[in-house]
Amino acid sequence: MKSLTRRNFLSIPLGAVALQFDGDALAEQVVPRASEEAVDVNVQLSRWSCRRVQGDETLGLVKQLRRYGVREAWAGSLDSLLHKDISGVNLRLADECRAHGDGMLLPFGAVNPTLPDWEEDLRRCHEELKMPGIRLHPNYHGYRLDEPVFERLLTLVEERNLILQLAVGMEDPRTQLPFLRVGAVDLEPLSRLLPHFPQVRIILLNVNALQSSSLELLEALTRTGQVYCEISWLEGLGGVGRLAKSISLSRILFGSYAPIFYFEAAWLKMQESPLTQQQIRGILRENAKRVIG
Amino acid sequence: MRIWDLHCHLSAVEGDTPGERIDTLLRYADRMGIERICVFMGTQWKHDPLPEDFRHQNDEVLTAIRGREDRAFGFVYLNPKYLQESLAELDRCVRDGPMVGVKLWVAQRCNTPAVEAIFARAGDLKAVVYQHTWLKIGGAPAYSGGGNLPGESTPQELAEVAIRHPNVRLICGHTGGDWEPGIRAIRACPHVSAGIGGSHPTRGIVEMAVRELGAERVIYGSDAGGRSYASQLAKVIGADISEPEKTLILGGNLQRLLRPILKQKGISL
Repeated sequence: MKSLTRRNFLSIPLGAVALQFDGDALAEQVVPRASEEAVDVNVQLSRWSCRRVQGDETLGLVKQLRRYGVREAWAGSLDSLLHKDISGVNLRLADECRAHGDGMLLPFGAVNPTLPDWEEDLRRCHEELKMPGIRLHPNYHGYRLDEPVFERLLTLVEERNLILQLAVGMEDPRTQLPFLRVGAVDLEPLSRLLPHFPQVRIILLNVNALQSSSLELLEALTRTGQVYCEISWLEGLGGVGRLAKSISLSRILFGSYAPIFYFEAAWLKMQESPLTQQQIRGILRENAKRVIG
Repeated sequence: MRIWDLHCHLSAVEGDTPGERIDTLLRYADRMGIERICVFMGTQWKHDPLPEDFRHQNDEVLTAIRGREDRAFGFVYLNPKYLQESLAELDRCVRDGPMVGVKLWVAQRCNTPAVEAIFARAGDLKAVVYQHTWLKIGGAPAYSGGGNLPGESTPQELAEVAIRHPNVRLICGHTGGDWEPGIRAIRACPHVSAGIGGSHPTRGIVEMAVRELGAERVIYGSDAGGRSYASQLAKVIGADISEPEKTLILGGNLQRLLRPILKQKGISL
C-alpha cells in the first residue's frame, strides 16, 4: 500500500475533472474544489418534522452547497409532505429560492393529486411560479402509481413538458415514528404506464438503485430513456461505478438529499468509484442539463 | 490522520474467494484514504448459525486477513446459543489466533444469561466486542424495537450488559440504527462506544453522539460492502465538530480500544 499522508488523501483526483481537496484545510476535512460545477438535483428546503439539522435554513444550505462548488440545486420543500395547503407551500418555496437561493436554487413544487383541484396547483407551478418541474410524494400523500389519478397527472405533466421528480422514500422505514409509518413507493406500475407517455421525464429520488429488489426494475425503466435516478441513497462499495455498469451512465444524476443527509456522502461517492473524466462530468452536471434542456 | 474502519464484511463485495473480496475492500479503502479495516463474518450469512457455520465463516476471515496483517484485523463471529463451541472458537481465533475482537449478531439477545460467559472471556482476552444493535419499529401497536428479530439486541439491552461488565470494551453496533434513542440508551455507560456505521448518512448523528457521549466514545465504521465507505465517512467529515474530534472518531478511538490486545499480541501501531 502506498503511504497515506494527509496530502495524498486529500488530493485523490476524480479523473481529470479532479474534485481537488484542499490540503491546507482542517485535518482531513474534505473541501473539494470542483473544476466542473455540479448540479444537485435533490435538495430540500424547510424543516424535517422530527429533527433539526444544520442547513435547514436556506442560507445555511446554500453556503454548504457553494462550498462544494454546486452551481445549481433543484429544491423541493419538506413542508409538502404533511401540509394540506400545497399552494402555500409552493409559493413559499418559490419565494425562498428567489430571496435566499443566491441564484442557485431551482424550485420544484409539490402536487398532491388526492387534494381537490390539484390540477390548479400544477398550473400555478408551471405558469405562475415558472418551475421546471414538480416533485411527488405518493407514499406520504396516499396514492399508488397504478391509480387513475396518477395517469391523469402524467397526462398533464407531459402536456406541459414538466420534469417529474418522484421521491421513492424520505427516511429509513425502520426508524419512523410509530404513528408516521410510510413505506417506499412501488415503482412497478411505471413499466406499464411509460409507453403511453413517451415524452415524460421522471427522476427517481431517494432510491438505492443497486438493491437487488430495485435493480432489475430500474434497469428496465431507464432503458426507456425516460427515467433517471440520482445517487443520494445509493449504497455499496464503488456504488456509482457499479451502477454505471447496470444502467446507462446518461441516466445517473448527482443528488445529495441535503440537508437531511450529509452532502459529503454523495460527494465522496464520486471519489470512491474509479470514473473517467467524462463520466464524472456527465453525472455531476451534463446529464442534468440534458434533462432540463 | 489514520483512518481505521471498524466494520467491514466479506459479503456484498466483488470477488470469488475471501482473498479476492478483501482485496476489493482494500482497493476501495485506498481510494478513500482508509488505512486499516476490521472484518467480521464470512461470505454467506445466517441469522442463527450452527457451530460449523460460524467456524467456516471465521475460517474465511482468517484466510482473508492472512498476509494482509498490516491492513486488516479480524473479529470472531459467535453464536451464544452454542456456548461451549463459541468459547472454544473465541480461544481458537483470538487467544490462539490473530483476531482481536468479537462480533455478536442476531442469534440471541445480548442480555440473556448464555452470553455472559462470552463477554467475560472477551474481557479476559482484552478483545473488543462489537454487538449488533437495532431499534426497528414494529409490533402491534408499533413501538421502537418491536420490529427486531427475536434474537436482535437493542442498545438498552447492551446497556444492561455493560453494567455487569465494566471492563469489557463494548461497541454498540449501528448506534441502534434509530440513533437518537440509541445514543440515549448508552449515554450512562462510559465504557460503551457508539459504532456509527451501517445506516443512512443522516445529518446530525455524529453531532448528537459527540454532544451526548463525548467524541472519545464515537467510532467510525462503514458496514461495507453493504454500505459504501463514502456515505459513512461523510457522517464524520461533514459533521459540525472539531478536527481533533474527527481524528478520534476516524481512527484514534479504535486504536485506543485495540491497543491492549495488539500489545498482547506483539503488534505495535
